[in-house]
Amino acid sequence: MTLKYVVGYDGSPASRRAAEFALEQARKCDAAVVVAHVLEWSPYSFLTPEEIEERHKRRNEELARAETAVIEPFKQDIAGRGVTVEAIIRYGHIADTICDIASEVGASQIFIGRDGSSAISARVFGSVAGSIVQTTPVPCTIVP
Amino acid sequence: MKRANLFAATIAAFMSMTGAAMAQDAGRSVDQIVNETFAGATGWFVALIFSPFPGTSFPWIVAWLVVAATVFTLYFGFIQFRAFTHSISLVKGDYADPNDAGEVSHFQALATALSGTVGLGNIAGVAVAVGIGGPGATFWMILAGLMGMASKFTECTLGVKYRNEYPDGTVSGGPMYYITKGFKERGIPGGRILAVMFAIFCILGALGGGNMFQANQAHQQIAGVVGDYPGWITGLVFAAVVFAVIVGGLKSIARVTEKVVPFMGVMYVLTALVIITMNYDKIGWAFGQIFEGAFTGLGVAGGMVGALIQGFKRAAFSNEAGVGSAAIAHSAVRTKEPITEGFVSLLEPFIDTVVICTMTALVIIITGQLLIDPVTGNYVVENGVIATVGGTSGVGLTSAAFGSALSWFPYILVLAVILFAFSTMISWSYYGLKAWTYLFGEGKTKELVFKVMFCVFVVIGAAANLGPVIDFSDAAIFAMAVVNVIGLYFLMPIVKRELNSYLGRLKSGEISKFA
Repeated sequence: MTLKYVVGYDGSPASRRAAEFALEQARKCDAAVVVAHVLEWSPYSFLTPEEIEERHKRRNEELARAETAVIEPFKQDIAGRGVTVEAIIRYGHIADTICDIASEVGASQIFIGRDGSSAISARVFGSVAGSIVQTTPVPCTIVP
Repeated sequence: MKRANLFAATIAAFMSMTGAAMAQDAGRSVDQIVNETFAGATGWFVALIFSPFPGTSFPWIVAWLVVAATVFTLYFGFIQFRAFTHSISLVKGDYADPNDAGEVSHFQALATALSGTVGLGNIAGVAVAVGIGGPGATFWMILAGLMGMASKFTECTLGVKYRNEYPDGTVSGGPMYYITKGFKERGIPGGRILAVMFAIFCILGALGGGNMFQANQAHQQIAGVVGDYPGWITGLVFAAVVFAVIVGGLKSIARVTEKVVPFMGVMYVLTALVIITMNYDKIGWAFGQIFEGAFTGLGVAGGMVGALIQGFKRAAFSNEAGVGSAAIAHSAVRTKEPITEGFVSLLEPFIDTVVICTMTALVIIITGQLLIDPVTGNYVVENGVIATVGGTSGVGLTSAAFGSALSWFPYILVLAVILFAFSTMISWSYYGLKAWTYLFGEGKTKELVFKVMFCVFVVIGAAANLGPVIDFSDAAIFAMAVVNVIGLYFLMPIVKRELNSYLGRLKSGEISKFA
């Protein structure tokens, strides 16, 4: 069975670094990479009546944009690297969802970038990398 | 063609009405002119809707709603109690397919609908009810709230089942759609006429009770704290914010409000609980007063019947069960089973009336705001109203009750009133718009006409003490209920079919929780 690495990717420079690192490791170990793009979403947030009415339409738009603006360019960039890449786009709490995806695909490792925010802002706003470290089901590599 | 004519006629009527008012003698105040014009033209309608049964003081419209709630409760076999825990699981998301993440959840639909109903009625209205009907009114209010859960269940299920879905993914729903489509499906004539009537009443209700009344009460509350100043100032500020949200599409303001309102609601209930706990030795006594008052009246005007009318009326005004407005709000949720939205919506009267309204009533009773004659043990009644410690009534009474225990709370209450008023306006602007587009068709210009008109009415509502206008708008909201409930009676077998099918599949395990 081939190894699978899950990498959290949102198109940001930090996530790009993580993805590059994951690809490099995957090439060495002959593993496949699962690119997880999670759109932040809580079913307990509050919406106005008009947002509710348009939600289904917006969701389709957001998914289409994620595909064309984030995933497709990435796939094109890394086309010649010789690593099998699969992309998953999903809605949810970012850290929890990345961990869920790792469990579902049977990944052996999670790679995640960090944007180097200060300890104070991380404490106030939380950080995705920090949360994943707390709950990850498999070993996790944080790429600075 | 018909739509265009109707549209032109409405605009013309609106213009001529405002034009006539402006042409009047400038010597009289705008308030007087508007009052007189409205009272003359609409008095018969208000009198009709609120007329009592012959020989009694019991308004037939209150009986209409309570009878409807009772019929639905019995017809669906006390569904509000049977499905209560299942409703909570649905809201928690136990039955939500993870693949649907990113769509409107049951929780979101419920929260949005609630922010439209939780409002001044819960704070001011309850105080009026208890002030006139005594503690016993609370008992009847809770009873009506529990029954109203079945009405909500019925209308919201239909709202989802018969909504319109457009190719771009947006949806429109509500009584006008289920009455038209449902009647056609069952082969009953007259659906279109009823639907048009509903839409007209809904627009009037949105401009009145969902707008002018809110602006008016919010202004009075602010003026009560900072001192008197002209209402049009409040009106302009409110109108500008409402304009920014509904015309300018400034979602951030609305989003902030939608976030703060539930927080305010929770804080209101928690504060009430704190005050009740502080007076824990009187809890037994307060419930004694509520039960005794419910059946004897404890000296209030009208005795038991007086308490009953006030309680029923309050519950109906507050949770809007049977009015049909909630069906518009709930219809946009993504679900494969319309009935699940019905289950979720039945929690609405529970939270609104059975929890929040009851808290207000308990605090007023427990803090001893209502004066009791030490000799007879009955309440002291002056001019049909129970005398209070500071001579307060309405919002003032609630404010005094909370303030007697926590002196800073009246300031928080002002903020709560403003936010509740604002969120109710935003919700009703949407309900009104849906009715408007049902009548006149969708279109940017047509929608803009309604939205601008809505903002103008915010200023009018805050600026003047428009007794007749507010009577009329309340009457319009109840007229919605007359039409809606007729529709519900004809369509309830469809809901029953959905219910039996769903419960069957739930029992067989075909519908199960996502682990």
